[in-house]
Amino acid sequence: MTVPLIYDIGSPGRMGTTLPDVEVPETELPKELLRKDLDLPEVSELQAVRHFVNLSQLNHAIDTGFYPLGSCTMKYNPKINEDMARLAGYAHLHPLTDEVGSQGALALMVQLQEWLGELSGFQGVSIAPAAGAQGELAGILMIRAYHQSRNDKKRVKILVPDSAHGTNPATVTMAGLQAVELPSDKHGEVDLNALRSALDDTVAGMMITVPSTLGVFDSKIADVIRMVHEAGGLMYMDGANMNALLGIVKPGELGFDVMHYNLHKTFSTPHGGGGPGCGAVGANEKLMPFLPGPIAAITEAANEENDAPLYGLVMPKKSIGRMKAFQGNFGMHVRAYTYMRVYGGEGLREVSRHAVLNANYVRAKLRGVYPMPVDRICGHEFVMSGTVEGAEGIHALDISKRLMDYGIHPPTNYFPLIVHEALLIEPTETEDKATLDMFIDAMKRIAQEAKETPDLLHSAPHTMPVGRVDEVRAAKQLVLCCRPIPEPEGGD
Amino acid sequence: MSWNTPAELKYMRSDEYLKLEGETATIGISDYAQEQLNDIVFIELPDVGAEFAKGKSFGTVESVKAASDLLMPVGGKVIAVNDKLKDQPELINSSPYGDGWIIKIQVGDAAEANDLMDAAAYAAYCASR
Repeated sequence: MTVPLIYDIGSPGRMGTTLPDVEVPETELPKELLRKDLDLPEVSELQAVRHFVNLSQLNHAIDTGFYPLGSCTMKYNPKINEDMARLAGYAHLHPLTDEVGSQGALALMVQLQEWLGELSGFQGVSIAPAAGAQGELAGILMIRAYHQSRNDKKRVKILVPDSAHGTNPATVTMAGLQAVELPSDKHGEVDLNALRSALDDTVAGMMITVPSTLGVFDSKIADVIRMVHEAGGLMYMDGANMNALLGIVKPGELGFDVMHYNLHKTFSTPHGGGGPGCGAVGANEKLMPFLPGPIAAITEAANEENDAPLYGLVMPKKSIGRMKAFQGNFGMHVRAYTYMRVYGGEGLREVSRHAVLNANYVRAKLRGVYPMPVDRICGHEFVMSGTVEGAEGIHALDISKRLMDYGIHPPTNYFPLIVHEALLIEPTETEDKATLDMFIDAMKRIAQEAKETPDLLHSAPHTMPVGRVDEVRAAKQLVLCCRPIPEPEGGD
Repeated sequence: MSWNTPAELKYMRSDEYLKLEGETATIGISDYAQEQLNDIVFIELPDVGAEFAKGKSFGTVESVKAASDLLMPVGGKVIAVNDKLKDQPELINSSPYGDGWIIKIQVGDAAEANDLMDAAAYAAYCASR
């Protein structure tokens, strides 16, 4: 590590600031709260600044390099989003300001909800949830609340395909229901026979990602939705892969009952270290009354006296309640609104078209270099196996680590779980052909290196501040604190 | 690629093996499974005396790559667990059929083993994946 710990620089007594003399009588602190030592870094302001700036420059970010992390949609976040989020009227708005004083912010939220509803074909949208997993939890709690409102208490199972994001079964468990795993067929689609035999009157619904985590659009999705509905279950769409669908497919029109969007993926709000996110939830008329709230809405239409409508906050009738304090991550609402406003409807359709085109371009160029377990036209991402013929002993992890030496963030490793040595690659629409070609070239060179100089891959990365980390030791010896934690003095 | 698939064992599609020894049996995961999982870092074992039906999960195994359920090849009652694995889960990697065994059970109905794969069928199944 080229950057020392902040505890290892500085010297005793050094401070970044000089405190003024105390002008009031000192108060004795209770003895049980006193400690002999307070183990804090003792550095000057300049040392602290240099330490953190140097660390930040070791980061790989979408602003510094290519980031094809599958299922995460690491697209460029336009800087105009930041300008808008910093407008004083939004950035300085106090969360406790009353509705009359927040009309501009509420109007923006209503417009964002309408656009998300239009894109997905849903009648109701709540932008309260803070992230994708919270959006999922809201959606599944809504399904549960729907069945309970009909006094149908035996529906306790949620079907989840084996290609699902790990958050799906976790969400089901968090919601107090049981996850039932469904196998995929050899095309990576839902196995209809397995679905048929899993369906009965204990099934509350099904969670499915469209396109799937294998990057493919399930050609039998209409049958899947019909079968689940006929059995009395509801359909939840995990919208993590919405970047393939904008202006092309409306989940609500396909028959889904509820879905979540990841504004931090599809709608270019910061993602990965830069968050926080927003896991908005859309629902059809059946589930709308259960949406989490409060939801921004027009509470009084424009009339002869007032040429603008009055906006307010409304709790849906049978709401599952709050997911987040105040109105969720409002700064993300402003960024996503700005993104959609800049592109417009036709522009958003182009976003998805280019995302799909870019993924298929990379996939087609890497065919024959790496195994493609699902060898068909993909959506916005595709999965390959990180193995090289004639180079036994090379794993997906070795390829990923070597990619770092080429200045590229590794793709998603070992997910989906059903693909051998999976590498899930999502270039996004914001990369140009030169960058995609640079990536393709790096992947081809690595395949060659795998055969000729495999040790180069096994010991990669070579150009990073930290080399190959010992993942086994890290997993088995969980030590999160670099220094011993001092025992509290006295007290119980 | 080829993996060690001892002839005297029976195998599940989910890669657990069953070694029948009269009315008791030893259960673990195959050489193929340990290689696919990569370095195993944690295992959750059942209590002795617990009973599980065929196909039910009796524990989980976790590697740097993934966490997987462990399924019962036949139903039965747990009579011993390999406590060594708590500190040395890597024994499953180094010796899946020996020191890396996971549980021993009192077999409920030995006929439940009939639909398991023999070594030849399992080796072919691994090669096809």
